[in-house]
Amino acid sequence: MIVADKKPIEEIIQQVEAYRNVLILGCNECVTVCEAGGKKEVGILASALRMYFINNGKDMRIDEITLERQCDHEYLEEIRDRIDKYDAVISLACGVGVQFMAEKYLSKPIYPGVNTCFLGVTDKRGLWTERCQACGQCILANTAGICPISRCAKRILNGPCGGSSKGKCEINKDLDCAWQLIVDRLKALGRMDDYEKLFSIKDWSTDRAGGPRKVVREDVQI
Amino acid sequence: MTTKTPSKLEQILAAGHLAVTSEVGPPRGSNPKHIEEKGHLIKDYVDAINITDNQTSVTRMCSLAACIRLKLMGLEPVLQMVTRDRNRIAIQSDILGAASFDIHNILCLSGDHQSFGDCATGQNVHDIDSMQLIQTVRRMRDEGKFLGGADIDRPPQMFVGAAENPFADPFEIRVPRLAKKIAAGVEFIQTQCIYNLDKFELWIKLARERGLTEKVHILAGVTPLKSVGMARYMKNRVPGMDVPDDVIKRMAGIPKEKQPQEGIDICVETIERLKSVEGVHGFHIMAIEWEEKVAEIVERTGLYPRPVVGN
Repeated sequence: MIVADKKPIEEIIQQVEAYRNVLILGCNECVTVCEAGGKKEVGILASALRMYFINNGKDMRIDEITLERQCDHEYLEEIRDRIDKYDAVISLACGVGVQFMAEKYLSKPIYPGVNTCFLGVTDKRGLWTERCQACGQCILANTAGICPISRCAKRILNGPCGGSSKGKCEINKDLDCAWQLIVDRLKALGRMDDYEKLFSIKDWSTDRAGGPRKVVREDVQI
Repeated sequence: MTTKTPSKLEQILAAGHLAVTSEVGPPRGSNPKHIEEKGHLIKDYVDAINITDNQTSVTRMCSLAACIRLKLMGLEPVLQMVTRDRNRIAIQSDILGAASFDIHNILCLSGDHQSFGDCATGQNVHDIDSMQLIQTVRRMRDEGKFLGGADIDRPPQMFVGAAENPFADPFEIRVPRLAKKIAAGVEFIQTQCIYNLDKFELWIKLARERGLTEKVHILAGVTPLKSVGMARYMKNRVPGMDVPDDVIKRMAGIPKEKQPQEGIDICVETIERLKSVEGVHGFHIMAIEWEEKVAEIVERTGLYPRPVVGN
């Protein structure tokens, strides 16, 4: 999923304090799972903002809506009849949802309520960790199912570097060395011979290096 | 043994001599005097001088310009190049720039992570890694081709090196990793500083058993300790460094003012012991901000005078 984290409330206040009618728009997908922008977080943020503005003697109306998704036209259309009631929208979706909202409602100010962080997993409740950088050319078949691009601080394809120590990365003793994990798994799979295969220079044109990307699937287009 | 480049370092190694290299860190400024002074201090005691490339990710004068300074003094530089700061365009471009000044040695590195340095909030590049940099230089030199496939007018003639850290984890892949670098085309290796001699000797024994020491020249890395504080710092703070407790104890047991001499003595003893280890073809003396001690280390270990090779 796309993992996001809450923005500091001070930052959100600064963005919206000039308005009178604000909609907080949640998303029922990834940001719900990572507890940053679902219905529950929409409610918490709305309460906190109401309290802040009441305490500061400001008349501010804050509504709450959580959509199924903010990355599909059909769900964003659900608020078309209501959007004009608001001076601004705080979207708690990932950066994708915020932008899709902005594209759809051209003249409506849209503010991000979360920081979009990475593609990752729920390690445990309250701990999400990165697994993928969407390079567009998956190499996991050759790295025992562990991605050095997203999990090595230097995205080294022929690792580990000289900074791997006791299974941890040189930049942080709490961070697993991706190449230690790869070696451990190659061993478990009985495929240590694969370690000595040289990874050739990667084509990064499918990564962000190639500019904004798109996937075109004519077979499923209507 | 035949040589592939005009590199003096390559010729010395090919002739079967124990090579001696050292390194100079460029200044945090544009004054060329520092490089020239350090070059003068060590030039008669070493065969080639590495110029570090923004080591520990602290911004300094670029390695290439500092190498040119040495070259203009008639010395033999080793251009250190990290993949952290350059994409494949900049890498090939800098290699050509170095080749235009007839810089004949390159050390291919990934580089310390930028979070250690003075631009911790910056991006890193890592378009290619250190092994792929080895492949890149070899392709440019041997095939005379850019990565893009076009021919290079006057290809670089560089003796290609890399670093290896026998003390990093996991230990079991340190020798396979050396094999991988050899497969990528590396011709000489300068190792991480050696304080744990037993572990180094085990590593090189395993490399010997796979025949790797026949295929690559390994220069054992040494760094004289200035104080017990430095020893502790290296042990605890420098990634991938292995400083055994008995080394710390030995330094700690000496009065502070005599610790620098003890550090030099340890360094000399290390070289003496490793000189006879099969597969060690030379020494890389990294006297960090202590270049004036290189002469003493080289003289005391019988590595002076340096051999003269024809060009």
